[in-house]
Amino acid sequence: MEGTRFSVGEPDRGVSRRCIAFSEAMTAGGLKCPVEPDIRGDIWIKLLGNISFNPISALARATMAGMFSCARATNEMNYVAQKFARVVMGTNNVDSCNRTCHAPSVAGLSAAFGSGGGTSSYEEIEHTDVIVMWGSNARFAHPIFFQHVLKGIHNGARMYAVDPRRTSTAEWAERWLGLNVGTDIPMAHAIGREIIHAGLANEAFIERATTGFEEYKALVEPWTLSLAEKVTGVPAAAIRQLAHAYARAERAQLCWTLGITEHHNGTDNVRALINLSLLTGHVGRCASGLQPLRGQNNVQGGDMGAIPNRLPGFQDILDPDTRLKFESAWDTVVQPHYGLNLTEMFEAMEEGSLRAVYCIGENPAQSEADSEQAVRRLSALAFLVVQDIFLTKTAQLADIVLPATAGWAETDGTTTDSERRVQRVRRAITPPGEAREDIDIICDLAGRLGHEWKYADAEAVWNELRSVSPDHYGMTYERLEQHQGIQWPCPSTERLEPTYLHGRLWSPNPAERGRLAPFGLVQHDPPVDLTDEEYPIRLTTGRRLDSYNTGVQSGGFASPLRRGEYVELCPEDAERYGVVVGEEVRVSSRRGAVVAPVWVDPALRPGLAFMTMHFPDEVDTNQLTIEANCPIAGTAEFKASAIRIEKLPVATIVR
Amino acid sequence: MTAIPLGVPRRLVKFTIDGQEARVPEGSTIPDACRAAGKDVPTLCEGDILRPKNACRVCVVKVEGSRTLVPACSRKAEGGMEVRTDTERARHRRKIVLELLASSVDLSTTLRVAEWIKEYEAKPDRFGPEAARVDEEPRIDNELYVRDYDKCILCYKCVDACGNQWQNSFAISVAGRGFDARIAVEHDAPLTDSACVYCGNCIEVCPTGALSFKSEFDMRAAGTWDESAQTETTTVCAYCGVGCSLTLHMQDNEIVKVTSPHDSPVTHGNLCIKGRFGYQHVQNRD
Repeated sequence: MEGTRFSVGEPDRGVSRRCIAFSEAMTAGGLKCPVEPDIRGDIWIKLLGNISFNPISALARATMAGMFSCARATNEMNYVAQKFARVVMGTNNVDSCNRTCHAPSVAGLSAAFGSGGGTSSYEEIEHTDVIVMWGSNARFAHPIFFQHVLKGIHNGARMYAVDPRRTSTAEWAERWLGLNVGTDIPMAHAIGREIIHAGLANEAFIERATTGFEEYKALVEPWTLSLAEKVTGVPAAAIRQLAHAYARAERAQLCWTLGITEHHNGTDNVRALINLSLLTGHVGRCASGLQPLRGQNNVQGGDMGAIPNRLPGFQDILDPDTRLKFESAWDTVVQPHYGLNLTEMFEAMEEGSLRAVYCIGENPAQSEADSEQAVRRLSALAFLVVQDIFLTKTAQLADIVLPATAGWAETDGTTTDSERRVQRVRRAITPPGEAREDIDIICDLAGRLGHEWKYADAEAVWNELRSVSPDHYGMTYERLEQHQGIQWPCPSTERLEPTYLHGRLWSPNPAERGRLAPFGLVQHDPPVDLTDEEYPIRLTTGRRLDSYNTGVQSGGFASPLRRGEYVELCPEDAERYGVVVGEEVRVSSRRGAVVAPVWVDPALRPGLAFMTMHFPDEVDTNQLTIEANCPIAGTAEFKASAIRIEKLPVATIVR
Repeated sequence: MTAIPLGVPRRLVKFTIDGQEARVPEGSTIPDACRAAGKDVPTLCEGDILRPKNACRVCVVKVEGSRTLVPACSRKAEGGMEVRTDTERARHRRKIVLELLASSVDLSTTLRVAEWIKEYEAKPDRFGPEAARVDEEPRIDNELYVRDYDKCILCYKCVDACGNQWQNSFAISVAGRGFDARIAVEHDAPLTDSACVYCGNCIEVCPTGALSFKSEFDMRAAGTWDESAQTETTTVCAYCGVGCSLTLHMQDNEIVKVTSPHDSPVTHGNLCIKGRFGYQHVQNRD
């Protein structure tokens, strides 16, 4: 059963049967099984033997294989997984689920500052003057971060919430700016223009630390407050108030979440927000910065190299010196080009140029936009190995499923959080049955494929990472324990770096200042899935407090808050369609249709509906979403689909 | 520019505890100093990371020059102060407070209280059985929390944790006045009809077990709760990317309770519903 832990050691488990079926199929197909097909033998030998026998490694050499790594596992596991992809499979086609959420933050921040990490720390927001929460319902999605925000508010900070919905985050705001979905760039540009015209731009900082200001000024010039009001639906006075508050603040924090990134132009959205920080100098100082709130640990853009364009420690693959360092450390040849990202890998599956996937701890069959398409593509693979703690929907499509351990409670290692803090995770639970640790499985498999990797424990993996990543060099396990986690960068074992990034931009010395931060010249581009007479309602998606992603993890406890999946409408729309709370309706988009009960939420506005992806088995919301991807980061536009609501025939309702 | 924000510089304050010299950073409380000096002042409602509420009065000490005994938990150390923790008067006061509390409230799950009752020779029975106001069934209206009013000493820590010091949900408050005062959600409704978001931060601070996790409550009822067999391991939450520290309380390879270290720079002891209760998925083994 999905959501239930499995272990190969136990009889009558889907996995064992699948494994046996697979060996039988191989034997029947004239393939010689490398191990005795004895089902009573060590099932692990059989599982791993089957994989190592399979042409996955041969295919890989022709870039026909890919690896999905798991941001929610430990850093150590991600390091070993990407090493497996690069050394054993010989490919840079390695990526993880952050592609579906925060890759645009990484791409945008990297383009501006050369590093994908959020620039500030949680504690700093307690001491800031203005907080902008843009496209973020942190009260629900990041509750403990929001407690730091609340401390800031109690300390006198003014908070502005920019969100199409009047969320529980917005309830704490000085002012809520309820913009239309997908009009973030017009809003940001109008704020930028207002700051420039009001003479509030930080000219000294712009002159010293940025490039492209004149072009930016010309770019935003058309976005007057009245035009922005027309496009975003937010009163001009409110936009002006936010612009003045942000620009006049001594210190200000700009935070965003998936409301910014899950668009077909997510990276452009992020750049548009970064522009505001460059314009006002709200970056690179204590309590002034940019804080993207991540959906998982380990997603700052290739901390551990489980990303197609970076080696561990955020180091660019295209840099020959970096490659040389890793080639000598790993005794291999690192492909001198970027690999395919998750989105491109799915497209390559469609074309048939990607034939085998090793998927660790991911559930793309349910988490990808347009899930039906994702399932079809995964099913068409020649060989799919899934390593997970659950028999997820993706695992059910696999040729072989390897039972792993839960990173946060069953293994030792580290994770990196949204404020770049690397913290220790520790093994508290003995895993069930014959489930094995991810690193152990990967190393065993590598050994069978001719690469003997010997790691005594997670710390040994970590120390190897430290030796190749200057940003992590100073973080020994001992120091991590002592300081309750350390934020990267930490190049020295003797001292700690500031809690914020890019202080260099304020240096009077050009050499220290380094590369100047360019303004992002990005244009407004409305959502791909336009509303019209046929599909008049804008559907946006998000999270609830007590649930998480596809619900595999969070479905396990009896939350009194949980009420299942609903399509949430505003009272006006409910009245217009003549539907009441609990009534099932058909929700259709241009891609699919689902049946869901109605919930009425006054936080929504006419023409705006809200759903989550927490209960894909009840209501598969991602059948409605559009796979319109950000061309830079590959993130799909989960936040904007066009739908229509239809009452079901009476007979269906009565049942 | 310094690498680490140093905060306001704090000088050391010099004073005496029971005649011994003590030096603590400015702003430290008397119990902080006592702990540093290896002295044990009992307390039930000490603020920890909440502001002290001065409710239980078990921690009283004598400060020379002060007419009355002072509650140590809220009293900051001052230069030249002479603190006596073990005078006859302080011991007598603690004894009375323990007797009053233990006679009226069920302190069976209050940490260390049995030890103090013995140490101060408190005799809660001397007020007779009528003193007890233990007549309520524990309230179980959801699968995560149990509210056992028989154990409540009205220290208000849960109210502070739910209010503007931590969670800012304001689901619980004090209803009634005087002897009728009790902690309640609005209209004394079931928790499920309240503003509660089930973060469990009130349980984190409850000193007596009046608020408890249902998992713990059920195990205690079944007689399987065994704190001596439990281990604690601190790890990182696997939900969102905030990176909250979780301390897993393990018994027989099962997670029986989740707390968070109060000195964690990320959580300061706070968690949300997912971190606090969302662990079941790792132990669904059938």
